[in-house]
Amino acid sequence: MTSAVSKSSDKLLFEDSEWDFDRLRIVSDAIEDIAFNDLGLDVYPNQIEIISTEQMLDAYSSHGMPLMYHHWSFGKLFAHHETMYKHGYAGLAYEIVINSSPCISYLLEENTMTMQALVIAHAAYGHNHFFKNNYLFKQWTNAEAILDYLNFAKKYIAQCEEEYGTEAVENVLDSAHAIMDHGVFRYRRPPRLSADALIERQRKRIAYDQATFNDLWRTLPVRDEDQRDDEEDVPDSDAAHAHMTLPEENIIYFLEKQSPVLAPWQREILRIVRNLSQYFYPQKQTKVMNEGCATFVHHYIMSELFQRGQIAEGSMLEFLHSHTSVVFQPTFDDPRYSGINPYALGFAMMEDIKRICEDATDEDKEWFPDIAGCGDWRGVLKDAWANYRDESFIQQFLSPKLMRDFRFFSLLDKSEDPNYMVSAIHNEQGYRNVRTVLAESYELSRLEPNIQVTGADLAGDRKLTLQHMRQDSIPLHAESRDQVVTHIRNLWGHEVVLEEHDENAPPEEEEEPKIPAFLQ
Amino acid sequence: MSHFIDRRLNPKGKSLGNRQRFIRRARTEIREAIQKSLKDRKVTDTSGGEKISIPTRSTKEPRFRLSNQGGHRERVFPGNKEYVAGDQIRKPRQGAGQSGKKASDSGEGEDDFQFTLTRDEFLDIFFEDLELPNLVKTTLKEITNFSMRRAGITTDGAPTNINLVRTMRNSYGRRLALKRPSTKELNALKERLFVLEAKADKNDEERAEVPRLHKQIDELEAKRRWIPYIDPIDVRFNAFEPQPIPTAQAVMFCLMDVSGSMGEREKDLAKRFFLLLHLFLIRRYDKVDVVFIRHTHDAQEVDEETFFYSPQSGGTIVSTALEEMIRIVGERYSSADWNIYAAQASDGYTQTGDAERCVRMLQNDIMPISQYYAYIEILDDREMEVFAHDDSGAELWRAYGRVRQEWSNFATKRISQPSHIFPVFRELFNKQTAIQS
Repeated sequence: MTSAVSKSSDKLLFEDSEWDFDRLRIVSDAIEDIAFNDLGLDVYPNQIEIISTEQMLDAYSSHGMPLMYHHWSFGKLFAHHETMYKHGYAGLAYEIVINSSPCISYLLEENTMTMQALVIAHAAYGHNHFFKNNYLFKQWTNAEAILDYLNFAKKYIAQCEEEYGTEAVENVLDSAHAIMDHGVFRYRRPPRLSADALIERQRKRIAYDQATFNDLWRTLPVRDEDQRDDEEDVPDSDAAHAHMTLPEENIIYFLEKQSPVLAPWQREILRIVRNLSQYFYPQKQTKVMNEGCATFVHHYIMSELFQRGQIAEGSMLEFLHSHTSVVFQPTFDDPRYSGINPYALGFAMMEDIKRICEDATDEDKEWFPDIAGCGDWRGVLKDAWANYRDESFIQQFLSPKLMRDFRFFSLLDKSEDPNYMVSAIHNEQGYRNVRTVLAESYELSRLEPNIQVTGADLAGDRKLTLQHMRQDSIPLHAESRDQVVTHIRNLWGHEVVLEEHDENAPPEEEEEPKIPAFLQ
Repeated sequence: MSHFIDRRLNPKGKSLGNRQRFIRRARTEIREAIQKSLKDRKVTDTSGGEKISIPTRSTKEPRFRLSNQGGHRERVFPGNKEYVAGDQIRKPRQGAGQSGKKASDSGEGEDDFQFTLTRDEFLDIFFEDLELPNLVKTTLKEITNFSMRRAGITTDGAPTNINLVRTMRNSYGRRLALKRPSTKELNALKERLFVLEAKADKNDEERAEVPRLHKQIDELEAKRRWIPYIDPIDVRFNAFEPQPIPTAQAVMFCLMDVSGSMGEREKDLAKRFFLLLHLFLIRRYDKVDVVFIRHTHDAQEVDEETFFYSPQSGGTIVSTALEEMIRIVGERYSSADWNIYAAQASDGYTQTGDAERCVRMLQNDIMPISQYYAYIEILDDREMEVFAHDDSGAELWRAYGRVRQEWSNFATKRISQPSHIFPVFRELFNKQTAIQS
């Protein structure tokens, strides 16, 4: 007995809760052993950084990025988080992880050794594997270039502030942020541009300006707007029309290329905002999978460490306590309910896939003939992590058992009815319906309004026409719509009209929303 | 293999620039919020920051988003208990259900935005471009204490102040320049000599070398004596210089008429005025004492609670308060150690003839020792119109007008509404020249 105890305590990686860098290294190596040799994960090189709470708050307010350009909205976010934290309304995340290569994970210095181990397994191996292998991230982001690009963006915007004034820059950024969600190419992969090439291009442009500078140009009389319209812009706009591919879903891109009023540096700022938006686009679509993957990995690794006798029972209890609170899902009538917890759903689905592979019931065999009982859950999970996003993942893998466990039901809300209707529940008739509704609720194109540029009259009055295609007759939030349109007008420089189209309803009379800001 | 980096020592405040931009952006709202928060503060309570809540007017970040009303929508919820497909559930009534939603589902809804200003930010906005009157002048005038400050290097001083690094550096340079023989060199010669002398069978060459070595050693030792290891000219001392430190403490006298004619409204206005002055002083001085003197026909020093809230009846003799102030200054606040500020609030009435006595006391005793004396007269709106011109007014006002002519650091103002206070306060401190003219 005594020998068994001493033997296991020999293997323990750590015994008390204090961490130091040597221990972190030892634990990280043990985790890596399981991650590579057991789970067979494939990750970017890891860079793990220890930060203080204040730095964590800093990171919070800049989308978790290690560097970011300056803007007041980040200051607002910081003030908000700081107040929440200091008054004890909200704790801090244990970790932040960045989709970059090397993959940077921030660990909070206040974590105990157990928590650090959990967080390393979660972020540096779970999220990291997902970033490197999921097709959305592969196609839409450049993990190698993002840090360089941010560095470029930060410097460029600081330089613009110096040159053109903080206010002018803020003006452009405000407007660009307002349409940030509409700065993404959803259907085609944007061309890759490494940050080096960008900087080089920037440098060349400036060098050209300097080389061809001639003070004489300054002495030319300034022509007024009308004249310029007549003489230059008409042929120009023809050429521009040829380039214009309408309708265009990427509003920032359209403005960057076609706006008649922006200066080159303003276009570059739009570009920066657009590239950032593009970078975050995959994360929005994979919340459940990303967290599910990371939570599954940390749970598996920590349990495995315990099995091997490398962490003590006390640590295991601490881990389980923290893990269960992360994957806690309150029911809909609970005051704590605020939507479906992506950690809970994601983790449950990953565990469920493992169960189906290893220990399938008849029901599973009917629903998942491909994987039920195949035994190779590692391969199935890795394939899922690589090739799905939330919507398709749920549609494909949500099992009847899980729907029963969560006691899911779907509710239909028609604005004209006085009642909600329960459209399906977790029973034989309802499984497919519930699953489809749940999957669709993660479909980004249903969460974000579908707005496209449909017309720009460059030769005439330069009116820009946007179109909102309503889905399920859901209109835009009126007040914010008008404000955003004002921002677009700011970037376009001329009249902007937003039309709302409803595919289900006949066109209403109030086609053109009132936009008082135009009449300034 | 993971790579670990300790970032905790990296510079903090990365988002300071963002914070400043944010505060600049929301300045108008923040200023309004601060004005509102003043009501609940005590005069001396300015130690902490301020948790404020501002409307999101200028810090809105609009996005296109779907309305939460209208259309068809279907959603999934966890935790079904008794529902079966086809059940109808009554929607919550429009009013009640809607307001809850607004707050929760849009982070940038109509709610106010709450955050905490640091004390410095709070005061900065509060005082924007105000300057303390006569501060520079008086600190120069009232230098009473000195502190020693480093002032470079000198060639003489006390041995305790020797600067070893400089001294040794000089010594080393001098030794190099004058080619002082090193100990090593000397030892080498001595060793050679020892070896030769110990040797029994010397050849001719070696026999000739011995006296040569003796001579060389003597020369080197002589040279070492001429060029000492440390010479007095090498020695350097840290120099210290006495530096005047300005008096960093101030006392603020709050004088107020508490006779029956001063109602709640007047006291409230006076309180705000005192509060502003106190905030201002505490920003400039390490230590600020506050003395509350209330008076009717007779004056006494009281605590803040009594000062503002305890009722008292009687006539009105302003000079008693000034007497009390002079007495307290004499006892506790010598003008050599303290910067003296006084703020007086009154409704402008005093016993006939008393105004003259006040002027005499101000001229002779109070103004010479005070940094600043501010007098506000609290009127009602009708009176404000009647006394629109500066020259018209009750006896006390006219008498104080004479003091104002003579002393640039004496200020008088009339107020009738809370909204007057801040502008008045700004004027009091901002426009010395305007007050004089």
